[in-house]
Amino acid sequence: MIQDVNVKALKKNAFRYSKVRGETASRVRVPGGLVSAKSMARIVEIAEEFGNGEIFLTNRQGVEIPGISLDDVPKVNALLQQIIEDTKINQEDTSQGYLASGTRNVVACPGKRLCPFGCYDTTAFAQRMDHEIFPNNRHVKVAFTGCSNDCAHVALNDFGIIGMTEPQYDPARCIGCGQCVDWCQRRSVSALKLVNDKVVRDEDRCIGCGVCVVYCPTRAWTRSPEHYFRVKIMGRTGKQNPRLAQDWLRWVDEDSIVKIVKNTYAFIEEYIDPNAPEGKEHIGYIVDRVGFDEFCKWALEGVELPEKCQRATRVYWDGKRYDRDNSLR
Amino acid sequence: MGYVLKREGLDRALAALSKDYLLYAPVRKVGEGRFTDVDVVRYDFVTDASGLELDAKSDYSFKELLTPLSQTLFYFTEDAVREAGGPGAPGAPAQAADDRPVIVFLRACDLHAVKRLDQMYLGNGPADTFYARIRDRVRFALIGCTQSFASCFCVDMGANVAPEGWLFSLETSGDDFLCAIADESVKAAFAGAASAEKDVTPSHVTKNEVHVRTPSSVPASIYKDPLWDEYTNRCIRCGRCNIVCPTCTCFTMQDVFYTDNGRVGERRRVQASCMIDGYTNVAGGGQYRKSAGERMRFKVLHKVWDFRQRFGYDMCVGCGRCDDVCPEYISFAACVNKLTDACEREEAQDE
Repeated sequence: MIQDVNVKALKKNAFRYSKVRGETASRVRVPGGLVSAKSMARIVEIAEEFGNGEIFLTNRQGVEIPGISLDDVPKVNALLQQIIEDTKINQEDTSQGYLASGTRNVVACPGKRLCPFGCYDTTAFAQRMDHEIFPNNRHVKVAFTGCSNDCAHVALNDFGIIGMTEPQYDPARCIGCGQCVDWCQRRSVSALKLVNDKVVRDEDRCIGCGVCVVYCPTRAWTRSPEHYFRVKIMGRTGKQNPRLAQDWLRWVDEDSIVKIVKNTYAFIEEYIDPNAPEGKEHIGYIVDRVGFDEFCKWALEGVELPEKCQRATRVYWDGKRYDRDNSLR
Repeated sequence: MGYVLKREGLDRALAALSKDYLLYAPVRKVGEGRFTDVDVVRYDFVTDASGLELDAKSDYSFKELLTPLSQTLFYFTEDAVREAGGPGAPGAPAQAADDRPVIVFLRACDLHAVKRLDQMYLGNGPADTFYARIRDRVRFALIGCTQSFASCFCVDMGANVAPEGWLFSLETSGDDFLCAIADESVKAAFAGAASAEKDVTPSHVTKNEVHVRTPSSVPASIYKDPLWDEYTNRCIRCGRCNIVCPTCTCFTMQDVFYTDNGRVGERRRVQASCMIDGYTNVAGGGQYRKSAGERMRFKVLHKVWDFRQRFGYDMCVGCGRCDDVCPEYISFAACVNKLTDACEREEAQDE
């Protein structure tokens, strides 16, 4: 039997190169980590009919169906179609399955749909972001988390978006019970104190997590009508220099974030290492090479940050340089 | 005697009433709940029907007018004291000199609650002048209950039918509003705005899903009963149950010296909660009822026993707000039933 497979095309079609000769795994994209029960049932069907009956839940909230014969890829793509449409993945050609795999699944914690601390609709923002940036072969990781707890581990992504609310205080409704002060200290950053039995908020220290609002018994604390965000950038795992993303923008708005992430693709095209394996390079390494100011120039092209937004003009990352010296003395 | 009004007609009627009255009503505050993009329904001043929330139960009660969450009683300088003003017009600071009477829109259970507040502030020793000062200006409009809400137990507490004392009633009926006139003085405001005249009787609830049995007698042994123990672990002592309760009357004082001039300041009265730390703290660091279970016992017995011992009727009116607001899903109604069962059990043992 001749098996003549274009592996590069296979990978871009969101099928994994498997160590088992002749097999592959289908990578189902689930933006925002929310999938309908119907699509989940279809994933199960594919796994039972074409796979080995097992399903991997991936680290980025996608699903991988292993044990699929390379010969069955077209049939699996045909079955994936309903899932792709259900999850509203961009797709100009509807006969070929997923049209890219470079830009990774957009991750989100459940956010305000479930979580008492979620400061915005993480799922909806993740789905919007996916719609704006996918399909694309460039290796970009974006993740959304509802509050500063960062349950979605956005600090390991190129762009980590954290929800914020600006607590609104009505002293006329405050009885000075001090629970916000206490919970801010126990669950957050100690940004509140009682002065003359009313609460004073340290605006610089406050991370906009909304813990004070959740614990206020009187609605003296409420949330701002606007949803704000903190953006951390250029975090990564990996062999050379894994590191946590660092704060770049604070009190920024949704539209600016979308523009910035889209702009970054042009930056990548301009500066990516032409020898990067499979055209994949963490954006952070490109930024390390060409400089943070150059990244800002490209990323902020046409972006008018709101007046309230604070932007770090210098960002410093750390993390171990495994490409230098790894001996543990 | 009554009227049918369209929304636009209700707007006009309320605008007409606003000439002579301040209107204080349940209002849907969009996005001001605990959680992101969740509303809260609480009381505020209105001038038309746009903000009025007649269909949902208010999360917080009308009592914030009569016993404000935070109320400055007087200001003091080195040698002078000036009394602070009462509640003001919409948007104006509470001290603004607006002495119009206030019409409070409330349901039957809350009108029963007013009797409890009056009992505590006016009929329990010397009258509280700060309370009386506001109370004298307050009139009532009854919101008819076309349905019982999930946590209501007004029927079992005998608070489902409104007592006398309201000027007019209001309730939704499809897209229209029904209004019964009980006091001729407000008739003109509605007569000109109504789309039809109609005999209207305010709706009231005759059946709740929740049933509560209060104890007919409470043996002293109940104070040591293990029934309170579970609350020590479950309750986080946040006091939301007290804050939303239309009959809780506890307050505390805050004497404040301004930070930029320590010889000038004000005395505030703020609502207090028997569930929150600091309640009944005494000199020397003493604290009655340390555990949440003990606090729960104090609160529940006050609502369905101790108050009755003193005044002959129960304090709780069965609005169910405490059950709705509790972040730990502690049900006051369930606790009362557990209490009653325990009382009966212990009395049976004694016989």
